[in-house]
Amino acid sequence: MYAFDYQRPAQVQDAVSLLRSLDDPKLLAGGQTLLPTLKMRLAQPGALVDLALVGELEGITLDGRILRVGAMTRHAHVASSATVQAQIPALAELASMIGDPAVRNRGTMGGSLANNDPSADYPAAVLALGATLVTDRRRIAADDFFRGLFETALEDDELIVAIEFPRPEAAAYRKFRNPASRYAMAGVFVARMDDTVRVTVTGVGQEGVFRWDAAERALTGQFAPSALDGLELDADNAMSDLHGSGAYRAHLATVMARRAVEAIAG
Amino acid sequence: MNASAVTPIGAPVRRKEDHRFITGKGRYTDDLSRPGQAHAYFLRSPYAHARIRRIDTAAASAMPGVIAILTGADLAADGLGGLICGWMIHSKDGSPMKAGAHPALALDKVRYVGDHVAVVIAETLNAAKDAAASIDVDYEALPAAVDLVEAQSEAAPVLHEVAPRNTVFEWELGDKAATEAAFARAAHVTTFDLVNNRLAPNPMEPRAAIGEYDAGDDSFTLWTTSQNPHVARLVLSAFIGLAPEHKLRVIAPDVGGGFGSKIFIYAEETVCAWAAKKVGRPVKWTCERSEAFLCDAHGRDHVTHAELALDSDGRILGFRVKTIANLGAYLSTFSSCVPTYLYATLLSGQYAIPAIYCEVDAVYTNTAPVDAYRGAGRPEATFLVERIVNKAAREMGIDPADFRRRNFITSFPHQTPVIMCYDAGDYPASLDKALALADYAGFPARKAEAERRGRLRGIGLSNYIEACGIAPSAAVGSLGAGVGLWESAEVRVNPTGNVEVLTGSHSHGQGHETTFAQLVSARLGIPIDQVSVIHGDTDKVQFGMGTYGSRSGAVGMSAIVKALDKVEAKAKKIAAHILEASEGDIEFKDGRFSVAGTDRGLAFAEVALNAYVAHKFPTSEIEPGLKEGAFYDPSNFTFPAGCHVCELEVDPQTGVTEIVNWVAVDDFGTVINPMIVEGQVHGGIAQGVGQALMEGVSYDRDGQLVTGSYMDYQMPRAGDLPSFQLGLTETRCPSNPLGMKGCGEAGAIAAPPAVINALVDALGTEDISMPATPSKVWAIAQARLSRLAAE
Repeated sequence: MYAFDYQRPAQVQDAVSLLRSLDDPKLLAGGQTLLPTLKMRLAQPGALVDLALVGELEGITLDGRILRVGAMTRHAHVASSATVQAQIPALAELASMIGDPAVRNRGTMGGSLANNDPSADYPAAVLALGATLVTDRRRIAADDFFRGLFETALEDDELIVAIEFPRPEAAAYRKFRNPASRYAMAGVFVARMDDTVRVTVTGVGQEGVFRWDAAERALTGQFAPSALDGLELDADNAMSDLHGSGAYRAHLATVMARRAVEAIAG
Repeated sequence: MNASAVTPIGAPVRRKEDHRFITGKGRYTDDLSRPGQAHAYFLRSPYAHARIRRIDTAAASAMPGVIAILTGADLAADGLGGLICGWMIHSKDGSPMKAGAHPALALDKVRYVGDHVAVVIAETLNAAKDAAASIDVDYEALPAAVDLVEAQSEAAPVLHEVAPRNTVFEWELGDKAATEAAFARAAHVTTFDLVNNRLAPNPMEPRAAIGEYDAGDDSFTLWTTSQNPHVARLVLSAFIGLAPEHKLRVIAPDVGGGFGSKIFIYAEETVCAWAAKKVGRPVKWTCERSEAFLCDAHGRDHVTHAELALDSDGRILGFRVKTIANLGAYLSTFSSCVPTYLYATLLSGQYAIPAIYCEVDAVYTNTAPVDAYRGAGRPEATFLVERIVNKAAREMGIDPADFRRRNFITSFPHQTPVIMCYDAGDYPASLDKALALADYAGFPARKAEAERRGRLRGIGLSNYIEACGIAPSAAVGSLGAGVGLWESAEVRVNPTGNVEVLTGSHSHGQGHETTFAQLVSARLGIPIDQVSVIHGDTDKVQFGMGTYGSRSGAVGMSAIVKALDKVEAKAKKIAAHILEASEGDIEFKDGRFSVAGTDRGLAFAEVALNAYVAHKFPTSEIEPGLKEGAFYDPSNFTFPAGCHVCELEVDPQTGVTEIVNWVAVDDFGTVINPMIVEGQVHGGIAQGVGQALMEGVSYDRDGQLVTGSYMDYQMPRAGDLPSFQLGLTETRCPSNPLGMKGCGEAGAIAAPPAVINALVDALGTEDISMPATPSKVWAIAQARLSRLAAE
């Protein structure tokens, strides 16, 4: 990797100050994307602001029907948390399917969301559950947060503090893994709320995670696998690579959606 | 099995070396550091094909920490030769293969992405990388020949002027006229076109090298990740001209897997050793995983058209094969023998085929060099034979197991039409045992049950054979090998009766420290912890040909047996003097020399001590000491064979293939340690399943490597595989003293056709290429479902 300055603040506000004062800084959360990128000399930040010591960013709490996950909470913690398993088991299950044990023990929810990889898992859950991203300065609804490939609503000097999830009636995530990388080649999160159903798709769209409106309407009308009959995703907007064409990915999304609905409907 | 016990042959002794490895005490090349060492980083070509107009290192050389930047011109100025290919193949017309020059650092052209342009030697690796980025190379990009078939066209860009149409050789084997006659009287002809996919070897430990030069005695030491350090020394001395053999020590310490890829002598270790003298500092290089994808020699990569001639009863009359083999941009160390003598000689499979004719064109392309990878030619042969046999059976409406049974070779020795003389085997026995273990008869019910769950279930057979124990020296010499393929061993008995075995074999995962010690323990009747195995250092072991092609048991251990014979013979002489008996009356059993018919005797250790004390025998007749060496040259290849059965289910909605059962019945001859053999079979099957379902090196049209990391190159994981049902049948190998055949490659050879034949059964089409990824299988399954719906 290239040489860089390295800072390890203990407070959120110190981290923000460093983001403003340092030359071309980058936040380091779990580093599961950033560190390999640095090692391969594909990025050359001037400084890393490591969040490892900012204790207030870590942890899982429950406030009524709101599950709050600190931005620096590791995937393995989310997967194994009794609170998450009791409140939103689909979220714990999703976390258990990310990468491999090494990734899950280092990677963080906030890091994954701020990166907004089009094949990452967490964006599907956050968007489907209508979560709120709490930053150092404001609250951002999930619907306003994801802005396309690796793009989010975050300002350059803004960092995610926590993610607040409302508890759904029921939810499920079904993922077809990229056979090599284990990222989602098609991941579908179905969340059944009080009077509505939200369906999100990751790993498919060229612009990253998206809500599948037609499926949401169909399932809001009748929550059953058969409600999805005949629904297709537009393959032209789907990513295509060595591992699968856009048509394959679009098809996989329909299969994963149906399996997620089956998992909820029983 | 207790470490302080005498370990019989056939006992599942735990691996002695594993304590070191699992406690992190292994010493691999990258673990070593030499005082004052500098770090090497190779600037690699970003182009698949380009002319180098100029390399300007001035600015880079002035950067902090840079010690030297060296290029091909420096190598040439020092008179070092290029890398070599050690096996001469002649074309049909008698002309020798067309080997293009292979400088360790490029001179005028680069020929694949990753080709070596310059080396930066610096105080730190980061400093070397920084400087490499500042080297100004003026490239003239040239069109690249990437596609194997197109590379032979007149219009294709030429890599090496010496090889028009990029053709290295056009080789043939077998009797063309007899084969044509067989086709003329055939009742049925099965034709088959296949691609054998290119694989990256992926040993767990990447390659590494440390070169060191001692100005005091003008000698070099090279630590490197090698499967055959003596061969590396020979090539570096005799052909590349680095230093004479007695001034070059090559050490291959613990090595973490090779699968063939560490047989070869590469540019990097050559340059590190040479540069160490140039800069007066030890020079270390460790391959990064992305470099390994670019530059470790790949495996397989064939395009084949084949035809099988059959009589009306499904008996094979003749086999005709035309293969185009990709050798990449340069001829790697043993590349030329892989698609020829390690491939076409196995085209008879387990079957009595009266006539075979095979043509192989070897072709240069602007891709990484291709050479031996686990099985090396034999997986390609087995895949072809077992796929076309399966297709023929289906076309003729014969059960694939019955079809095979009709064509098996059943008497031995059996001379095939393609050089090999099979010495022993029982192919019906392994088939029968495998079918019983797999409950072949119950398969239709399982298939029907799976169909009710919406799954497509299939079963596939693979009756593989391979040639191991490579190889009789004169025989391979007559076929073009530049070396003999014997093995050497030395057994040193110490005065206190413990033993050091020095072997020319090299263990890089195979467990020689256990199996070789097990052999000595059983033979001398001493506990296994009294035996050490020493390998991998040219200053300790006199010479050796190394480990590949499942040769360490059949050849390496045979050399140890020969040395043990000599030790025993000498010890008997000594014992006879001490026991005051005639030598002919001395018996050696359970670690004790005794006078036949009496209770007088001596323990092995007592004789060993006496051999060194030398008080009790006439040293004018018997030399003191107890140390014997032997060279063993095999009289034939060995022929492990067996039957693997794969049963799998396809999810037609996603294209995911799940292997639900795997039966492997292998005939390896005598088995020294069944636990280690099982491990070899497990790993081999995993790699074979990897080739069938997951792995495939992919270049784009410009010759850029698409599968350059594990983000895109899929390796098999434990969770992708079922628990294997293993079984053994045993026919002793008649050509070596232990009756061993070899087990290291069997799984990788057997597995790919078993998987694809099972997919053929599940999906109802022969048109399934490797790797059969989910997206490919999904498309095939969808086509099948819509075909069925239409019917």
